[in-house]
This record gives sequence, C-alpha cells and structure tokens, in this order.
Amino acid sequence: MYIEVKELVKTFNGHKASDRISFGIRKGSLVGLLGPSGGGKTTILRMLAGLETPDSGEIYIDGKLVNDVPPQKRGIGFVFQNYALFRHMTVFDNIAFGLTVQRRKKQEIRERVTELLELTGLTGLERRYPNQLSGGQRQRVAFARALAPEPQLLLLDEPFAAIDAKVRKELRAWLRSTIERIGITTLFVTHDQEEAVEVADEIMIVNGGRIEQYGTPYEIYKHPQTPFVAGFIGESQLLDDPGSLTGYEDVKAGSKAIIRPEFTEVGHYGELSAPHAAQAGQVQNVMFRGNSWQVEVRCGHHTIHAYRSLEQKQLKPGDDVWVLIHRLYLFDDGESYVVENAKKRSEAAATLTHSAAL
Amino acid sequence: MAGAAPSTAARSRSGKTEVASAGLQESRLVRIFLIAVALLFICVVLILPLITVFEQAFRKGADVFIAAITEPDALSAIRLTLITALIAVPCNTIFGVAAAWAISKFRFRGKQVLVTLIDLPFAISPVISGLIFVLLFGAKGFFGPFFIERDIPIIFAVPGIVLATIFVTFPFVARELIPIMQAQGNQEEEAAVSLGANGWTIFRRVTLPNIKWGLMYGIILCNARAMGEFGAVSVVSGHIRGQTNTIPLHVEILYNEYQFAASFAVASLLVLLALVTLAVKGYAERKHEQARLDIEPQGGS
Repeated sequence: MYIEVKELVKTFNGHKASDRISFGIRKGSLVGLLGPSGGGKTTILRMLAGLETPDSGEIYIDGKLVNDVPPQKRGIGFVFQNYALFRHMTVFDNIAFGLTVQRRKKQEIRERVTELLELTGLTGLERRYPNQLSGGQRQRVAFARALAPEPQLLLLDEPFAAIDAKVRKELRAWLRSTIERIGITTLFVTHDQEEAVEVADEIMIVNGGRIEQYGTPYEIYKHPQTPFVAGFIGESQLLDDPGSLTGYEDVKAGSKAIIRPEFTEVGHYGELSAPHAAQAGQVQNVMFRGNSWQVEVRCGHHTIHAYRSLEQKQLKPGDDVWVLIHRLYLFDDGESYVVENAKKRSEAAATLTHSAAL
Repeated sequence: MAGAAPSTAARSRSGKTEVASAGLQESRLVRIFLIAVALLFICVVLILPLITVFEQAFRKGADVFIAAITEPDALSAIRLTLITALIAVPCNTIFGVAAAWAISKFRFRGKQVLVTLIDLPFAISPVISGLIFVLLFGAKGFFGPFFIERDIPIIFAVPGIVLATIFVTFPFVARELIPIMQAQGNQEEEAAVSLGANGWTIFRRVTLPNIKWGLMYGIILCNARAMGEFGAVSVVSGHIRGQTNTIPLHVEILYNEYQFAASFAVASLLVLLALVTLAVKGYAERKHEQARLDIEPQGGS
C-alpha cells in the first residue's frame, strides 16, 4: 500500500471529525472521498497533507511514518476548494512558486511552467492575475501549481464545487484523463456521487468521521454494506416491513430494506416480465425525468418509485397497475445482503435474461 | 385593447417612479441652504484653521518664519520628534504585524483578551498614558530607582518620550491589519506550505504582498500620531528646551510666551505633515480598497 492510515483520530471542540479511521491506498490509484458535508472528508485530506495534526493514529506514505514530517517536506500537492491562488501573483508566478522555493534554476522553472501551462491548456494566460480568470481556469492554475514540484501524491478538496455545472462536466473528464496520463496517486473529496462515480477508480464513503465502505463505484452500488451507503449511492428508498411485498414473504419481520427505482418494473399486468411475482397498486404520481417517467405507486401501505420507459404507454395518476420488485437490499443486525424476488426465481429463463440486463 | 392595457400600466408605473424620485428632491431653496450650511461648517471647522496657521506663521514675513524654524531649540525639537517617530513607528510596525498575524492566523487561548488589550491606548486619555510611565519610571516609581541607580534617565528624558509615544501609537498598525488578514483567511498560506515554503518565505512572498497597502496605511497613521502626540509626551518630557521638547511641546511653549508668529511657524510644520499624511493615506486607501475588491471575485465565484 502506498498510503497507509491507521486508527486516525481528530476531534474539533468535541466533534469527532475523524473517528479511528484506517485505510490503505495503492500507488497510482484515483480515489474519491465521498460523503455528506461535515462528514470528515476534508479533515482526512488535511491530515494527509499535514495541515492538520491528528490527535492519535499513524499515517504512512510510501512506507514512511510521516506524522512528524512538516507539510513542506511531505511532497504532496494540494488543490484547495477555493483554489487559494496567490492573488498578487501572475499565473506564471503562481505555478512557479513551488519551484522557486526550491531554488531551482530559472531556465528549469521556465521549462517546467511552460510544460504545465500546455498540459492545463493555459498557454497565453501566464501574464494574467487570478482575478482575471474564469472559475475553470483558476482551477486549472491551482492544479498546475500543485503539480509543479512533481509531488508523489495529489490531494484535491472539492475540486469542482466552485464551478458552474456545464464547465464542471468538461473539467471532470479533463481532470481524470490528465491524472491518468501523469499517473499520480490522487485523492479527491466530493459530496457529489455523480462526480465520484465519474472521476474515481475507487470510492471511499465517509460519514460521521468513519469510513462506511471502500471499493470501486460498481461494487459499492452493487453491494452496499450499510444502509447509509445504500441510501447515499444511487436513488433509493427505505422500506419498513418488506415482508408484506410479493416475493419477499420469507423476510424476517422487523428488518429494513432499501429498493432502487431501477430494481422495479411498473405497468399493466401483461407488460411485466414476471407478472405473477408482482403486486397490484395504484398510480399516485407521474413525473417526467427527461429520459424516462418516474412513477409513484401506492401498494398497500408502501409507496414505491419505479422508472417507466418513454416508449411505453403513459400512465396517469389513478391508474390500476402492477409493480414487480426484482430485488432489494436487506439490512439486518449490521449485515447487508441482496434478496431476489422469491416468486420470480422459480420462473423460466426469460426472467433471468431480463434481470441480467439490469 | 388587450395589447394596450399592459403598456398603459407600464407607463403609469414609470410615471409613478418619476413622481417618487421627484418626491425625494427637495426644493431648490432647501438644497442651496443645506449645501451652504455644510460648506460653511467645513470652512469654519476645517479649512479656516488650516489657513490661519499659515497666515499667522507668515504674518511677520518669511524671515521670521525661517528664523523660527531654524533657531536651535526648534531644530532640536524637530530632531527629537523625528528620532521618536523613527523608533516608535518601526517598533509598532513589527509588533502590529506580529500581533495581527497571530490573531488572524492562529487559534489560541486569550486571543480575545489580546485584541481588547491592543485597543487599550485608544481608550485611555493620553495624559494618563504619560502618567503611567511617570509612575513606573519616576524617582518613586516601580522601576524608577533601578534605572536612576544606573544613571539611565527615563522620565524627563528621551527614553520616556519614546516609551510614551510607543504606548500611545501602539494600536494603529495592528488595528488596521487584523480585519484585512481575517478577511483573507489563511488558505494562501496553507497553499504555500503545501508547496514547500517555510515561514519566512510565506510571510515575505504571500502574506506581506497581500497586506502591503493596509500596512502602509497603518504605518502612516501611526507616524502622524507619533509626531503629533502632545498629552502623554507632555507629561513625561519635563519641557527642557533644546533637550526634551518635541514639535508639539515647542509650539505650546512659544505660544505661551506670546511668540505667536514663531509658534505658528513651527505648527505649520505639523500641518504640512498632516497634509502629506492625508495625501499618502488617500493613495494607500485607494490601493487598499482595490486589493480588497480583488478578494471578492476569487472567493465569491
């Protein structure tokens, strides 16, 4: 493991920002720290960079204990949420800062900065000041500045938070491909799951000063280990008393389940892939989601959300429909598992191919 | 008809705004009266005294003016004032920057107490400030005997004047810098740290350029006060001509001796200093304002 963190604790005025956190990160990976605001993501990043001192615990980088290494000597590039560009310096001087403090040769600095300007697509803007740049350009300056001294580890704190939605999308793809090209180990913090899934190879879900789960985005989506993760990743809905749903009669009473709209099918009896495993309900609400309908159906005391293709006949509130729940996540005594619809399982191959497509 | 309705509504609305703004306008007579009162007030309180100083200074001709400011006692007072400012201003600049840095960039116990203490000289009457030093360093004072035994004069001597001046001008630089540095936060410093810069480099290349106009402004105010301070200095000086008189004290002595022309001639030096201070202050303030506005787009977007 390139980065090894053991039992890291940090408390701010009685609030546990980091509660015995441990993890390891392989060299060259691109990891997203995802979680709600105030969950402790930034604190982890700042402790790695040495900007915050942990109350207890150990941080190893490349096999070396760095707890007592000052931030200047850690060789870590840090991109701040608001970029923290030096406002009285030009773009060139900003990027060159890390090199000038190392007293590198003028010629060498010029070459390295020119190279970074090209890499970040900022060539021609080197004489500008930070307040003469757009949000996206500032972010790229901050990125170039952090990369200039050739750090072994790059940390980004909410790198896209201060950028408007349209530019953000572009920058994400650019950042990902640039980091891949350089091959630098990178950790970034975000509260936006779409961003984490799109940019990161691996995601660490952080909540309440603890790591809820660490894995690839797909793993986390497929096998959420805690109700929090299941609720945080993807669209989901918590159901009490899942035993009352068709196909889940064997589920123990008192357990909690989470279902996702993409796990459910809604339609008239004949439209469903396995209608005998479905239950009757009444449409409450239909919302247009751009690429599909989101249908809210009342089944007994449950309200279930499902997607419906725009190709299918439009449903209206009050319509009597059938709802098929392919699977759900069950959480029971801290354990989590996926439960498939029992009635559906007895079905023939046709159903299996359908669920495989999901 | 349907099309005409909104346009009528718009017109009547715009008509109303005109009425409203006209309603804010006072009649011509009232306006002239108010402006005249304001101008008169400025003339009597600010401009007239300023002119009077110069008019009185040159009343008996340029020869008397030059003689008044070049006589040995006057020159000595000017020299002492310059020496005092030359010591007090750098001291308070260093202290002010250090205090502002500590208060705005670090969390520590007793920070609020320190902020309040910095303001203490503003809250105390200058005469009391002077008395404090007499009580501390006077013959019967707390430290007095120690220095008197070693033949180091403090009270009624230059060190006392410098100490009193430092005390009185203590808050200027720090007060000016604390809000600026607090508004700027320490993200840039943290960025510099992560890029490998040490403390001194960070201060010299990141912090100082960001506060330079505010610092300049603070130093100018501090200097103006250091040169012009009367009350505290008057108490500790002892008014020994040619030895412990600063410009303000010298002016008072001349005035009390009915040497009005000479008194105003020396006073005009302080007025000139004030005018220069105002000009530089105006410039620094503008620059400082610009620098402050530069924070906005970066933090705001």
